[in-house]
Amino acid sequence: MHAMSTPELTRPAAGAPARAPSRRTRLRRLAPYFFIAPFFVLFGVFGLFPLLFSIWLSLNQWDAAEGLGAMHFVGLENYWVALTDPWFRESLWNTFWYAVASGVPQHLVALPLAFFIHRTLRRSRNFVVGAYFVPYVTSSVAIALIFTTLFSKDFGVVNAILPGPPIDWIGDAFWARVTVAFVVFWRYLGWNMVLYLSALQTIPHDLYEAATLDGASLWKQFRHVALPLLRPMIFLAVTLTLIGNLQLFEEPFILIPPESGAMPHVQTTAVFMYRMAFGDGDFGTASAVSWLLFLVIAALTWGNAKLFGKEAQSDVAR
Amino acid sequence: MSKILRAITVAATFAVALATAHAAPVTITVATFPDLDRAAKAALPRWNAAHPDVSVKIVSLQYADHHTAMTTALATGSGLPDVMAVDLRFLGKFAQAGGLEDLGHAPYDGLAYADRFARYTFPQATNAKGQLVALPADIGPGTLLYRTDLLARAGLAEADLTRSWESFIAAGVKLRQATGAYLIADSADIRDIVMRAGLADGEGIYFDRDGKVLVESPRFVRAFELGRAAHRAGIDLGTTAWTNEWVAGFRADRIASQAMGAWLAGHLKNWLAPDSAGKWRSTTLPGGTWASYGGSFYAIPRKAAHKAEAWDFIRFMTLERDTQLQALRVLDSFPSLLAAQEDPVMDEPIAFLGGQRARQLWREIARNVPAIPVNKFDAMATEVIRAEYDDVINRGKDIATALAEARVLIEHRARR
Repeated sequence: MHAMSTPELTRPAAGAPARAPSRRTRLRRLAPYFFIAPFFVLFGVFGLFPLLFSIWLSLNQWDAAEGLGAMHFVGLENYWVALTDPWFRESLWNTFWYAVASGVPQHLVALPLAFFIHRTLRRSRNFVVGAYFVPYVTSSVAIALIFTTLFSKDFGVVNAILPGPPIDWIGDAFWARVTVAFVVFWRYLGWNMVLYLSALQTIPHDLYEAATLDGASLWKQFRHVALPLLRPMIFLAVTLTLIGNLQLFEEPFILIPPESGAMPHVQTTAVFMYRMAFGDGDFGTASAVSWLLFLVIAALTWGNAKLFGKEAQSDVAR
Repeated sequence: MSKILRAITVAATFAVALATAHAAPVTITVATFPDLDRAAKAALPRWNAAHPDVSVKIVSLQYADHHTAMTTALATGSGLPDVMAVDLRFLGKFAQAGGLEDLGHAPYDGLAYADRFARYTFPQATNAKGQLVALPADIGPGTLLYRTDLLARAGLAEADLTRSWESFIAAGVKLRQATGAYLIADSADIRDIVMRAGLADGEGIYFDRDGKVLVESPRFVRAFELGRAAHRAGIDLGTTAWTNEWVAGFRADRIASQAMGAWLAGHLKNWLAPDSAGKWRSTTLPGGTWASYGGSFYAIPRKAAHKAEAWDFIRFMTLERDTQLQALRVLDSFPSLLAAQEDPVMDEPIAFLGGQRARQLWREIARNVPAIPVNKFDAMATEVIRAEYDDVINRGKDIATALAEARVLIEHRARR
């Protein structure tokens, strides 16, 4: 916005005699565009072009190893192929499963946790918040190494602690899903907690004081003071989780060995898409899958906004 | 573009390359992956001595990253090396796509060397159009490596493993009772061998010559049945190869045998289970099956900058007896070049295998492996079969249903 209004400043005053703008003036007019150009160039190359190219790609059959010349137009066939692929449909279900199994606990734990930290911790707060936030900034390679070791069937700590026969946390379809959902929960809990904590800090302290004077317990303060005021942030955090979980790729990709026979039962749509492109070399269908996934995300985000967003907005206005 | 015009273009490129070779030193890029990169690195001093004007830059990425990078490079036509190492698993995909030079026709003379290599390698490197897209650097004759000490404790002999699959499974049960060790890491290993059993030259594993899907044939039914029988008998540890559990299984003496390419002996010696040196032996795969596991190839991308030098380098890596033998010594790879297979080193006892002269056996296996053409969709079909097998083993799916669903899905994805 600033960049757009800057040229106005250099415009000659209304009453000034009309003459061709000098070279210097022209350069000054163009300068803001140069300053903003790096973003638009980078966005164009790495954002807009791939986006448009993938639309075009999704309408073509293309084996990447053949080079760009080998592309040929097939219309909507790739979309039909993707929709009739049983692994694609199962991957959508898996993605949905992960979204619920890792997303719901994330918020159910992060909210009260943030409230607890906000109300009770003073000196140790920064340390505790930092500790919860560490998983979010940890490299996925390190996470893969640690968790495959912890959850190893034969020599993992988890199985050593649990009684009963060893559970195949990574190789078995059901348990692999549980493991992945747990890692996602563990990784993003801190992120959501920080979101809620920052929102809690904007709630005026007098509200709690008034509630305390009225004899409200900590739980009642959370339920009737903090929670309603947190609604806009809950909307934002849930939306972010929804989008993030529907695009879930890293955690299943690094935890599940690529040769696992349970792959169709544990892969998310993003993993399916990646394997379709770089494993099977079918970039056209993979692009179609990515657009189908986009449609699903758009629909769910819209639904979330309908359900949650309006009230959140009106709460702010109130 | 017509073939003649293309030949002229290539010839002109060569002429320019040769002319400039004297004027300025040329650097060729070799894109490869571990451990194969060690063979090229070891060969460099001899290459530099013989070709002072052509220096070689080796770019090595991890196995999966390398093949992803090469897919991307072929797709965009940029960032391509002069020499591309390709593992057998990706060769089908790359070979059919047409981004690689046909080494069988002028200016190359690859076909002239057909009888200098292990007989099954050229069909692997030849695509449906009959173009030879790569030369073989090493091969993996399929062998069963087993622990004599564990077998002896259960009163078992090698013949109990190799006689028949029924005998193999029975031996596994006995071994488990006597020692607590598992005969195999993964019942899928049995599936992979049996579904290759009895293949003749020219027959595909998953697809026949006309692209018909073969996964409902008796070969696959028996492979699934035997794998399931082994799993039900409890002789498999239930770990996929190359996972942490698999490695730990070897180190803790819990896995008594592993079917793989002969090169696995080198991996066992170097890092998988160095402490078990002298306790391993090598034999033929059970049930009289001849098969190969993996293999490395070198190819030249169509858009490579220095094709003439690249071709020289590939011939140096694959056709020179000394280079092939050096690779054997450096990384325990098995030479694809027949002349190297006649070297006295083949008769040397291998200490890790208790002094067994196993290379003679591996050479014998290599001679018997059928020449199976690779299909562009082999990797995809492998993935589908793997998933259906997992359903049979872990979710009690009926074998006939699993194979029928596999056929439908493979046909669906291979429709074009």
